[in-house]
Amino acid sequence: MENATVIRVCMGPAGIAAGGKKVIEAFSGALARAGVPAEVKERCSSHQVGCVGLCARDVLVEVHADGAKTVYQYVKPDMVPRIVQEHLVDGAPVKEWLVDEAYDAFYRKQIKIVLSDCGRIDPEEISAYQAVGGYEAAREVLHSWYPVEVIEEIKLSGLRGRGGAGFPTGLKWELGRKAPGEIKYLVCNADEGDPGAFMDRAVIEGNPHSVIEGMIIGAYALCAHEGYVYIRAEYPLAVERLHRALRQAREQGFLGRKIFGSDFDFDIKVKLGAGAFVCGEETALIASIEGQRGMPRPKPPFPVNRGLWQRPTVINNVETLANIPYIIRQGCGWYAAYGTEKSRGTKVFALTGKIKNPGLIEVPMGITLGEIIHEIGGGIESGKPLKAVQTGGPSGGCIPAGMLDLKMDYESLAKVGSIVGSGGMIVLDEDDCMVNIAKYFIQFTQEESCGKCVPCRVGTKRLLEILTRITTGHGREDDIARLETLSAGIRNTSLCGLGQTAPNPILSTIKYFREEYEAHIRDKKCPAKVCKALLTYSIDEQICKACGACLKACPSGAITGAKKTPHRIDPAKCIRCGACFDVCKFKSVMKE
Amino acid sequence: MQATLDTIVKKHRESGGNIISLLQDTQEAFGYVPKEAVLFFADELGIAPSRFYGVATFYAQFRLKPSGKHRVTACCGTACHVRGAERILNSIKRELHLGEEEDTTPDNQFTVEKVACLGFCSFAPVVLINGAVHGKTTADPVLKEIKALRKK
Repeated sequence: MENATVIRVCMGPAGIAAGGKKVIEAFSGALARAGVPAEVKERCSSHQVGCVGLCARDVLVEVHADGAKTVYQYVKPDMVPRIVQEHLVDGAPVKEWLVDEAYDAFYRKQIKIVLSDCGRIDPEEISAYQAVGGYEAAREVLHSWYPVEVIEEIKLSGLRGRGGAGFPTGLKWELGRKAPGEIKYLVCNADEGDPGAFMDRAVIEGNPHSVIEGMIIGAYALCAHEGYVYIRAEYPLAVERLHRALRQAREQGFLGRKIFGSDFDFDIKVKLGAGAFVCGEETALIASIEGQRGMPRPKPPFPVNRGLWQRPTVINNVETLANIPYIIRQGCGWYAAYGTEKSRGTKVFALTGKIKNPGLIEVPMGITLGEIIHEIGGGIESGKPLKAVQTGGPSGGCIPAGMLDLKMDYESLAKVGSIVGSGGMIVLDEDDCMVNIAKYFIQFTQEESCGKCVPCRVGTKRLLEILTRITTGHGREDDIARLETLSAGIRNTSLCGLGQTAPNPILSTIKYFREEYEAHIRDKKCPAKVCKALLTYSIDEQICKACGACLKACPSGAITGAKKTPHRIDPAKCIRCGACFDVCKFKSVMKE
Repeated sequence: MQATLDTIVKKHRESGGNIISLLQDTQEAFGYVPKEAVLFFADELGIAPSRFYGVATFYAQFRLKPSGKHRVTACCGTACHVRGAERILNSIKRELHLGEEEDTTPDNQFTVEKVACLGFCSFAPVVLINGAVHGKTTADPVLKEIKALRKK
């Protein structure tokens, strides 16, 4: 059936947001109504696929007909009948709705391993995953590999933990295998709490079976018979698809007793995270699975020796586990050929912020920042100059625009004061205030600090107070030095990674954007015009057409004026919300 | 209520009473965690009520008060933040006359929450109204939707 007509509608997280479901319904209806020839109709199938990546152009629809693939962008339900009629009935694709050059550019530099089947296969059907070779790796490993061979293979592949710290996965498994104890656990960390990162969600929604297969292989290597997936409750679709996938795997005999007809037992339970960023930390995650407050404890003992219910426990991130089946199937040498000497393979990044083509990308480690921003991302959306790229979320740092040649790998990023982290990559342009960004992250870590150790609990609070005073025009001359001293203390003395890395956003912005801090403190000005308290709004009476739009929009009654009388803002009443600035069509409202 | 609580306790008794799972099921059933539920569990399972309170206040998911009829959730993840999430959140709160620390209107019609990240980063800024995703949004359409809900 090589000429079968297949329509793939992007149903990833963003696809649903943009109405993917409605587009699918429209296709089903239109295909029936258009009287598309019966034999074609029978072969048509609308898959609900996971994320295909370029979410900004959703809803993306792939039409596979007559052996060719055509992709439409920004598809809305009312466009569907014309696509069906002209493309499928008359055989001429609707040219003006097709994706453009930027779409190809988005994919050209990407290498897809973890995401290779996401968006291609139906995530709700185990047979779809099997059709592309799924579960073959697990079957082979269980029947003809020794656990130590699995560990050796993963070690040789050079795979490192994709959750943030970059610990070598093979080594972690080896430690887990050697840890004494009859009962061991394998935990998949899907508590993607890092704001601005959504790759774990995309992988579980787009190809949940790859994670399950990775866990089966890992469990076999460790000799663990029980696994957990700790997943955020905020991802309802991912949770649903995971449950469905687990059910299907059990039905096939891939989970449960004597899986794949071998002598090995393994099953997986799902635990819903209840919303705490600190639970990304291994010991806190363990406490949370046990039903306790998710508070970290000192290490050692490491979870690999004493973890869940005091038993040896290996915790791997979603993306790490999803890599496993592909590495086993294609060999460690194939995987290790991608990337750099110390950072092998690919990494999924969530490219967002002020970028033209935001979305999920998978690139070989060691690709430069410039290639990601300008070639894959298509540059800055507004056309304004790039200012910085924030990587690694609240534990990471800001990389200034001058470092576009920087290689994206664990070592290079650490060298400039940031981290790969879970893969969030937020692009900032001239309109972003770096002090505000630092304050945003400190506010986040301060709220998420579990409160157990003093440096983090009190220290982040003090950092936030200082940043708040700087951004509201009360900064003191020695505040930068005070931030640096305090940051060093927090970094050196906090109990867990959350506290130890919390100062990174401040330290990296001070390092590269010190003059912005100084402008806030000395001149009481925010150069990017973001910090509300440092702004004044006024109306240029020469430009004002007295249309009354701002007058209506002002929530605090600070604007006066009448028809044909230019409007004015009373600075005493103005709450600096920016509503007038947004509604003025004539750009007469000025922000300074 | 009692019947629901009985079912929940029964389900978790065997597994030793995982406090988070108990509270999640309770919130799923009632929309929040009522005090009576906690006191009942504490009694049944021999776990101090303070431990339930400790867990419930540690995690962002749990509510100790009923939420409003309509739920407005503003994503304040980094991608949304740099695209003006805070301004949208402030406009929503102003529209509903909610103070800094308040999240639910006195008539219990609206609950406004901020969340750290919904994972719709390509569509920033994002606001959920009763679970429906509004992506690449501004204050205007969100306020219109809220006004429409209020009239109903």
